[in-house]
Amino acid sequence: MRPTTLASQSAVLNPAVLYTVLLVLGLLAPFTLYPTFLMKVLCFALFASAFNLLLGFAGLLSFGHAAFLGSAGYVCGLMVRDLGVTPEVGILAGTVVAGLMGWVFGSLAIRRTGIYFAMITLALAQMVYFLVLQIKATGGEDGLQGVPRGHLFGIVDLSDNMAMYYTVYAVFCLGFFIIYRTIHSPFGQILKAIRENEPRAISLGYDVDKFKLLAFVISAALSGTAGATKTLVFQLASLSDVHWHMSGEVVLMTLLGGLGTILGPAVGGATIVTIQNQLADSVGSWVTVIMGAIFVVCVLLFRRGIVGEIQALLKRAGMQ
Amino acid sequence: MEIFGIPSALLGSQLLIGLINGSFYAILSLGLAIIFGLLNIINFAHGAQYMMGAFIAWLALTKFGINYWVALIATPIIVGAFGVLLERTMLRKLYKLDHLYGLLLTFGIALIIEGIFRDQFGISGQSYDVPELLSGGVNLGFMFLPIYRGWIIVAALTVCFGTWFMIERTKLGAYLRAGTENSQMVQALGINVPLLITFTYGYGVALAAFAGVLAAPVFQVNPLMGSHLIIVVFAVVVIGGMGSIMGSIVTGLGLGLIEGLTKVFYPEASSVIVFVIMVIVLLVRPAGLFGKA
Repeated sequence: MRPTTLASQSAVLNPAVLYTVLLVLGLLAPFTLYPTFLMKVLCFALFASAFNLLLGFAGLLSFGHAAFLGSAGYVCGLMVRDLGVTPEVGILAGTVVAGLMGWVFGSLAIRRTGIYFAMITLALAQMVYFLVLQIKATGGEDGLQGVPRGHLFGIVDLSDNMAMYYTVYAVFCLGFFIIYRTIHSPFGQILKAIRENEPRAISLGYDVDKFKLLAFVISAALSGTAGATKTLVFQLASLSDVHWHMSGEVVLMTLLGGLGTILGPAVGGATIVTIQNQLADSVGSWVTVIMGAIFVVCVLLFRRGIVGEIQALLKRAGMQ
Repeated sequence: MEIFGIPSALLGSQLLIGLINGSFYAILSLGLAIIFGLLNIINFAHGAQYMMGAFIAWLALTKFGINYWVALIATPIIVGAFGVLLERTMLRKLYKLDHLYGLLLTFGIALIIEGIFRDQFGISGQSYDVPELLSGGVNLGFMFLPIYRGWIIVAALTVCFGTWFMIERTKLGAYLRAGTENSQMVQALGINVPLLITFTYGYGVALAAFAGVLAAPVFQVNPLMGSHLIIVVFAVVVIGGMGSIMGSIVTGLGLGLIEGLTKVFYPEASSVIVFVIMVIVLLVRPAGLFGKA
């Protein structure tokens, strides 16, 4: 009675079927839902998935991922607005800068483990926040405004919401595919080994620090992709994207959706964005309280998250 | 009188502000270190609890006319009791799990506390009058010293060294140190470790609230006052390492002073200098100045 064989008999659990259904749903979604909302969901889903690569699969809690999201947003915004480059170059530039920052942050943070790792990333991100606040080019408190969406490859006009949506969707799918491939590669397996038992991974001859650093760089770069794309969608890079609240939010999205599951962070991201959109007008500052309460409930009672719980339920159903 | 081309009054006043900030860093990082030592969690709610201290003192004065001195004693007890409640109802359930869950839980609690205060009081700061006994100042010849600012340093250092004495020189402190080394062994020897843990968390939280009351007359009392400070204190903790009580105190004060000096010589960098020092320390001595590897 191997649960895996049983699971593969169930159509819902067959990954190929599941991902095809999701892919089609993503293509059809803007016909029923507001595209700008969907684009926001996709950006945060990618951000959370990138974050999960680090926390869920390498076991490293970064509390500074807002720095990558936000900085890439500013880089992309400045390049598109002031240098007049095309949107895809802007996104690429944001990704590269975030990846480089990830390399610097990662090299420093992996010198310590556990709680110190989290505190170091948080402190480094706070430094980035202050720099962004003080540098003139970033517009300080006002953020970077009036970023044009431009023409993709110089041809497709992205000021059309549908064109923008499918661009964002393509970026998301590409990013998600990279994360999926990373997790299912030998590299991903070694990350899991490090997460489960670091001394043992070292004794097996793996250069643990190198693997952690590479995971950190990939995660940071893809967070940057999400941030740069978000800047194009909203035509704005704001200070709140580099604020530590954002670093906390991505942790929450990942935790709520399901730590270490592949689809969990995307589900968590969509859920949090929806909650925030629904509540922002009606409850004002209570949004923070509600986010905090979700955090507490997740940690105390719901550690597997939405997708984790569903997987556990299906597994139990398959066993019977 | 000038030192390095800087008027001594300016240098003196910035050093004083640095010393005051350093006193707050010291008390807060001390609380974090004590909690971390026994509970193995980093208390993200520390900043929110510091803010609660300041707000309760302010509410007590403006709504009930309770004076500063009563608030200075009562507020840490109230907030400490709140901490005890948190430990008994929530934190306790997480000790067997990965330490990171403690960080996440206290982060959630910090968001809740901050959100509630923001809803109730808005984000504009409230001012708290300096108590009459400590108002005014003295001229030290090279600079003017407001008495309250001197008091902050004295009170903070007294509490820090009192805590150091309690931990290093008393029976209770011996239990605590033993519990930090090996809590199972201490439990086996008949010490009530769960109670010790509860007390420790409550004490660490009370320290944060005490710092909050001290801060009320010099900083604006505002719901976000703790969240920025706590991130700097995290950097202080990374620099000092959480291994030693005295290390926390010395690192906190030292970094406050360095920050003050930066304000004089290169003001643009003053908000990031602590983080820059953290980076240097991580490169040179990753375990922290007083930490064990």
